[in-house]
Amino acid sequence: MITLSHYLALGAILFIIGMFGVLTRRNAIGILMSIELMLNAVNLNFVAFSRYLPPGALTGQVFAIFVITVAAAEAAVGLAIVLGLFRNFRTVNVDEINLMKW
Amino acid sequence: MIQYIWLVPLFPLLGVVINGLFGRQYIKEKAHWVAIPATALSFLVALGVFFEVVAGKTLNWDLYTWVAVGDFTATLGFLVDPLSAVMMLVVTFVGFLIHVYSIGYMHGDSGYYRFFAYMNLFMFSMLTLVLANNYFLMFLGWEGVGLCSYLLIGFWFEKKSAADAGKKAFVVNRVGDAGFLLGLLLIWSSFGSLRFSEVFEAAGQTLEVGSTLATAITLLLFLGAVGKSAQLPLYVWLPDAMEGPTPVSALIHAATMVTAGVYMVARSNPLYNLAPLSMDVVAWVGALTAVFAASIALTQNDIKRVIAYSTISQLGYMFLAAGVGAYASGIFHLATHAFFKALLFLGAGSVIHALRGEQDIRRMGGLLPHMKITGYTFLIAALANAGIPPFAGFFSKDEILFAAISSGRPFSFYLWALGALGAFGTAFYMFRLFFLTFTGESRVDRHVAHHLHESPPNMAIPLAILGLFSVIAGFAGFPPEKGLYHRFVAPVFEGGHNLEKAAHAPAPPEALMAFISVLIAASGIVTAYLFYLRRRELPDRLAQRFHGFYQLLFNKYWVDELYQAIFVDFGKWLCHRLWGFDDRVVDGAVNGSSWLTIAFSWGSDWYDLRIVDGVVNRIADVIQGGSQVFKRAQTGLIQNYILAMALGIFAIVTIYLFL
Amino acid sequence: MSIELPVFYFLAAITIGAALIVVLGRNIVHCAFSLVLAFFGVAGLYVLLDAEFLAAVQVLIYVGGITILLLFAIMLTSRASGPGVRILNEQLGLSALIAGGLFFLLIYALWKGIPALAIKVPTQANVPTIGRVLMTSYVLPFEVASVLLLAALVGALILARKEKD
Repeated sequence: MITLSHYLALGAILFIIGMFGVLTRRNAIGILMSIELMLNAVNLNFVAFSRYLPPGALTGQVFAIFVITVAAAEAAVGLAIVLGLFRNFRTVNVDEINLMKW
Repeated sequence: MIQYIWLVPLFPLLGVVINGLFGRQYIKEKAHWVAIPATALSFLVALGVFFEVVAGKTLNWDLYTWVAVGDFTATLGFLVDPLSAVMMLVVTFVGFLIHVYSIGYMHGDSGYYRFFAYMNLFMFSMLTLVLANNYFLMFLGWEGVGLCSYLLIGFWFEKKSAADAGKKAFVVNRVGDAGFLLGLLLIWSSFGSLRFSEVFEAAGQTLEVGSTLATAITLLLFLGAVGKSAQLPLYVWLPDAMEGPTPVSALIHAATMVTAGVYMVARSNPLYNLAPLSMDVVAWVGALTAVFAASIALTQNDIKRVIAYSTISQLGYMFLAAGVGAYASGIFHLATHAFFKALLFLGAGSVIHALRGEQDIRRMGGLLPHMKITGYTFLIAALANAGIPPFAGFFSKDEILFAAISSGRPFSFYLWALGALGAFGTAFYMFRLFFLTFTGESRVDRHVAHHLHESPPNMAIPLAILGLFSVIAGFAGFPPEKGLYHRFVAPVFEGGHNLEKAAHAPAPPEALMAFISVLIAASGIVTAYLFYLRRRELPDRLAQRFHGFYQLLFNKYWVDELYQAIFVDFGKWLCHRLWGFDDRVVDGAVNGSSWLTIAFSWGSDWYDLRIVDGVVNRIADVIQGGSQVFKRAQTGLIQNYILAMALGIFAIVTIYLFL
Repeated sequence: MSIELPVFYFLAAITIGAALIVVLGRNIVHCAFSLVLAFFGVAGLYVLLDAEFLAAVQVLIYVGGITILLLFAIMLTSRASGPGVRILNEQLGLSALIAGGLFFLLIYALWKGIPALAIKVPTQANVPTIGRVLMTSYVLPFEVASVLLLAALVGALILARKEKD
């Protein structure tokens, strides 16, 4: 029997993996991909809650759709920023970019 | 329909906004396509509302609370009753016709769009004034029409005389408005409200007839009316206001704005009924103004100024009516006067237009064959103004004279006598004007005479329509005091009627009085005929004979010069004296104290630099040293920051879970 | 015992495995493709949760849209990363510590706070219902989302455009 906790645990694992990626990847595109993983983890939680908690008004699914919308917007803008970075610094490794230093 | 009353002022306001914003660049010479539909729609709505009021509906409706400060609230609210319905109808109808007329008259003027924007603004303000359900909003409209009057008198502001006339109108009106405002403040502090219904109810319950408070309020309000409606002694701005374009003179300075004072007094009738002394003041000021202005009109040579003095005189009649408690008759005269006086002005404008700007009647004459529509409509208006039956002015003026003699107030006979004398003068100067302008031999400049022509249809048709109403409008008030019109407005003036009835003195039969007033008017016309068509030398002989009196009239009693001497020259002299005082005594004191201040400043400067700044600088040094250390935390690496954020989340979740 | 549980474990394994490759993979192109795999895994889980519409949206937008965008960005920017180049940064240890700590907290919260619900709430067919809800209760967020997308479109254009010299 699959319970809500199965999904929540899986969501937690996925979220932590994504977060680790965000914290450690040097490649900016890699960071963006990790962020997508985190967003997916959140969506999974939304949908699972929507499925298991009354009333089943699909609120969770609607929110997942909004999250996907925001993710798409974020990916577009993020990648445009990455292109801009690459044009100006000839690199996409974020630990080589520290213009905002003291 | 009545709930759409807010549309009535809204349409002209839209016209203002559109022409005001886009007129200069986009609309230009098409401005009338905005302004005229705006007034036409306003008129149609007004007509619909009017018929509902006729059917017995009234409305006292707060649209929106505009200002609420403490106990004071001012609302945008509408009061629609027979009185405001009559005013609204007159304003929108005459306004509409004059707008149409203006297409032709203002054609080709460089400020064409500006003219129509101002005219619509005026319509909006006037309708606000008329439809307001409280004194505050009425005051707003009151000032609004004053502003429009100023803007339109000085419409050709590149001409110095026009700009000066606008300023004069504005300043003189301020004197009256100050009184009005004081009256409003007194009402507010006495009754705690400015809504008509509440004020009148409170006044009726708390004040006795003849109480000082009621007298003070009504006299202050009347001061406002004197300024706005150009009564003695504040009438001086109106003749100068003729510097404005003629449609403006017709709309603002004859038909509508100047009658606002009469409307206000009539609207405040429950207050005036409590103050017999104020009523007497109103009646006497009105009667004296009627005669005074008529006498000046006898000798003037500028066609528009004669009509302007005539307007002042007719406004005097309206106040006379209000002062003897016959408010309904005053408003009736206001309505009929709006038609025939607008017609007179528009006719004069048509003549001026045809003569290329000539305004001096000594250089006119014999125009009737060339300008049939203008001439005959002018004749109708002149007959109406003179008070010849069956034209409109007869019914209303006769009613006022009868009300004056039958009012039962002290000296009512003298009021009637003044009115009758004025009526004679009115008939005389109106026909002097007509004969000199339209009949007799032509004295027109020869270059201009070639081009004499009737005005274009968009000017002539409004003349014809106004002419029609100048004939038939009077029948709304027939028979006197019991006509359609009187039954219609009676509810508004109920209190006044009771008072009047109570004081009814034995009066001569009405028919006899009507006959006498017709006789007086006819004799005025005959005299004018004798003087200006039969025996042309008579006026000059008379002027020679009574040289002093003639000069007095011709120079308008030297009132302008008197005001100049008292208020302007004396004011300047006083200012010079005060300036001298200022220069030596006040400035001396100021300069002395400045030396003291400078000396003291040196002391504070030292204290500031050493002690105050010293402390501040030490603190700044400490902070700077500290920040040298802490700024190392800003690595500029984004992932360091995210790590710090994750640490923060960890901490928060820990606290949330375990504590 | 139904087939559901094995299917769940299978999908979870695929998702987690793919996610690990995304985060730790050396070749960024491989990372992107395993991201696709992870998305498919999540889409499968949606189907398991009776959210077919979301599963379709997931595939369309994530796999069809976002991943393609990522691949383009990779093509436009990446330089070959040889075997000696680090792919993770210097704060690796601290990051692992904090991520592990947070994971522990999440699981702890799950274990303490949430009962093991097994009964699914009965639902209607979700496509028409979502459509109706989006156009009624959530119409304002829906419109805001459209504005957001427009803003993102314009913003991305301006950012990515070559500056005129």
